[in-house]
Amino acid sequence: MIPDFSQDYFALFALPRAYRIDAARLDQAYHAMQGKVHPDRHAHLPETERRLSMQWAAQVNEAYRTLKQPLLRAHYLLRLAGAETDHESNTAMTPAFLMEQMEWREAVAEARAAGDHHELEKLMQRLERHAGEIRGEIEQSLDAKKDYEAAADAVRRLMFMEKLEHEIEDALEALEN
Amino acid sequence: MALLQISEPGMSAAPHQHRLAVGIDLGTTNSIVATVRNGIAVVLQDEVGRSLLPSIVRYKADGCVDVGHAAQGAQSLDPRNTIVSAKRFMGRGLKDVSHIESMPYDFLDAEGMVRLRTVAGVKSPVEISAEILKSLRIRAEASLGGELVGAVITVPAYFDDAQRQATKDAARLAGLNVLRLLNEPTAAAIAYGLDNASEGVYAVFDLGGGTFDISILKLSRGVFEVLATNGDASLGGDDFDQRVYCWILDDAKIRFPSIEDTRYLLLKAREAKEMLTGHDVAPIHAELSGGETIDLKLKIDTFAEITKTLISKTLGPTRKALRDAGLTVNDVKGVVMVGGATRMPQVQRAVAEYFRQEPLTNLDPEKVVALGAAMQANVLAGNRAGSDDWLLLDVIPLSLGMETMGGLTEKVIPRNSTIPIAKAQDFTTYKDGQTAMSFHIVQGERELVADCRSLAKFELRGIPPMVAGAARIRVTFQVDADGLLSVSAREMTSGVEASITVKPSYGLSDDEIAGMLKESMEHVGDDVQARNLREQQVEAGRLIEAVEAALAADGRLLRPDERADIDEEIASLRKRIAGTDHRAIKAGIDSLNAATQDFAARRMDQGVRRALTGHKVIELKL
Repeated sequence: MIPDFSQDYFALFALPRAYRIDAARLDQAYHAMQGKVHPDRHAHLPETERRLSMQWAAQVNEAYRTLKQPLLRAHYLLRLAGAETDHESNTAMTPAFLMEQMEWREAVAEARAAGDHHELEKLMQRLERHAGEIRGEIEQSLDAKKDYEAAADAVRRLMFMEKLEHEIEDALEALEN
Repeated sequence: MALLQISEPGMSAAPHQHRLAVGIDLGTTNSIVATVRNGIAVVLQDEVGRSLLPSIVRYKADGCVDVGHAAQGAQSLDPRNTIVSAKRFMGRGLKDVSHIESMPYDFLDAEGMVRLRTVAGVKSPVEISAEILKSLRIRAEASLGGELVGAVITVPAYFDDAQRQATKDAARLAGLNVLRLLNEPTAAAIAYGLDNASEGVYAVFDLGGGTFDISILKLSRGVFEVLATNGDASLGGDDFDQRVYCWILDDAKIRFPSIEDTRYLLLKAREAKEMLTGHDVAPIHAELSGGETIDLKLKIDTFAEITKTLISKTLGPTRKALRDAGLTVNDVKGVVMVGGATRMPQVQRAVAEYFRQEPLTNLDPEKVVALGAAMQANVLAGNRAGSDDWLLLDVIPLSLGMETMGGLTEKVIPRNSTIPIAKAQDFTTYKDGQTAMSFHIVQGERELVADCRSLAKFELRGIPPMVAGAARIRVTFQVDADGLLSVSAREMTSGVEASITVKPSYGLSDDEIAGMLKESMEHVGDDVQARNLREQQVEAGRLIEAVEAALAADGRLLRPDERADIDEEIASLRKRIAGTDHRAIKAGIDSLNAATQDFAARRMDQGVRRALTGHKVIELKL
């Protein structure tokens, strides 16, 4: 029947199920599929059909977003593998990691209080490098070792990093206003 | 329904007539209508060759309404009944409108949206805008020689849901079939991108009469993908006039100008501002109603000084948009200037400095939005030609969320999400035996509900009594391709179903619009019945054409009995078209739609599969 949205998002876009993704191919497959289902392609047709097209386009957008963003993609792969991250209940992180988080947070708060735009930018770059390393770990665990427990742990750490990133963004924005 | 014309999306297989469609830029200061004629987008002029219609509406005591140039002259003679910049009031409450003190209108605060008391009665901004749109519709129909199939209406990208809904209501009230609400910077990007066959990341800097938008787009192989958008829905050329006006009052030591003088001096202020594009000094000469004379000279440096903060107000949103797109100024290949206010040299300088490159101004910044909208309208109406193969992927400008405990906002759909989008979130009851639950939908980026725009409140009733926490209530947010939100809630655990769909409260209901339309049509002696009949006949004809084209292309997907059912429905609908009962035709349309639903799904499936089989996705022509 209709395009099978019960198949996984990787299959939907005809991509191999893996964390490492060919971004250009994903974009092309996404554009090709939106080119078929997007409401603009069906605007001249009757309402029921337009509604159907909207639903499908929304699903394609959701699938694309999930595969495009590394964190969402990792979560999604873990779910497909039946290994949830339990990110809401499982907050047990190593003391060393938590200590490091505290230091990050203090550094951001200090730079924010001092109105130090430059320092915030520097923190952002450092954070980016660090997050990049974690993403590398996730790729190793998911694609090469199939070690879902290690991957879930790295995913949880990456979530912390992304939260920090938002904090720095907020601080930068607050300085600009 | 559904005959998804998968084989050639948007291209009717059967040869057909060119469908008349227009793009309308409903501006704060001026409005424009454009269409695609012989494959080229052109602005439609009025009977004396003018392209711009001043967005001014004057209500007169005898019930007549002047729009555009006819109303323009009355601005300072009859300021209370001559409404300018009505776009600033669309979907806005009284407290949201800036500079209210220097406006000559008699405002009424009403639920959701401000109203204006005029000599012809109380008018909403929706009705005022509808007058402008109606005038453009009549211009287009006269110039194109037929009834319009539909229109694309542009809105500032930073318009929130209330403002978008108000714009759509105004268009429907003007008797227009809205094919799409299109973001102004995106419309400009179409006109620019297709003109120059551009690829890469572009910024569209759109400073209009009353609104500012910045959009970051990625153009690749005919796809216009908006990465991020930001702006200020009440910042524009009007504010520059306001600054000059205050400078005049200050310099000429005028303390309490009459409303007539206020309007008059604002016009003088605008003239001076426009003069300073191309001159270093603008003389300001005015004679006030009390007999005083004003003689001033505004120097370009003074003008730059008094408007400096306005320019810097555009840079904050610009930075945010780039950051949300995950890019820096180095990634931006070109900056497109849109909107009359970008003609000001200090605006161009600030943009050039920020982006470290000269902005693009080769298309008329006042017409480019309408031209892009016309191109999109042409395609949406089904006039797609072989080369019109572009796709727009746009975003919502502001996050959508719900009120949670303690007056906090929980975001459900973050800003810059690609539309259309649907998101569901589950909630539960917090008291034993609770049978109702209320929801408050808000839009904005702030933590506190009080700082966001309230869109709608609704209650889900009829939840079967259960212990606290046992009910599972799924709330679904859906944003369509116009950027308009609808929300529904449903109780999932019990067999009992309770669901509700809300449209934000400021919007007019379909019945209200139908009533107002009917009234206005009776006023001009139009025949509603005849119009309904025509509409249904056209719709039915279009449907049959689409079904037959689909049958010709993919009839083999059907079993003989399925095919016979569809043929029978077509024959029945044909008979109804010949009759005069629009309801019977509507019923026939619905019935044919239902009969072809599976067929359409099969075609869609086949089409999508075709798009993705083979490994050379890259070679697929979009």
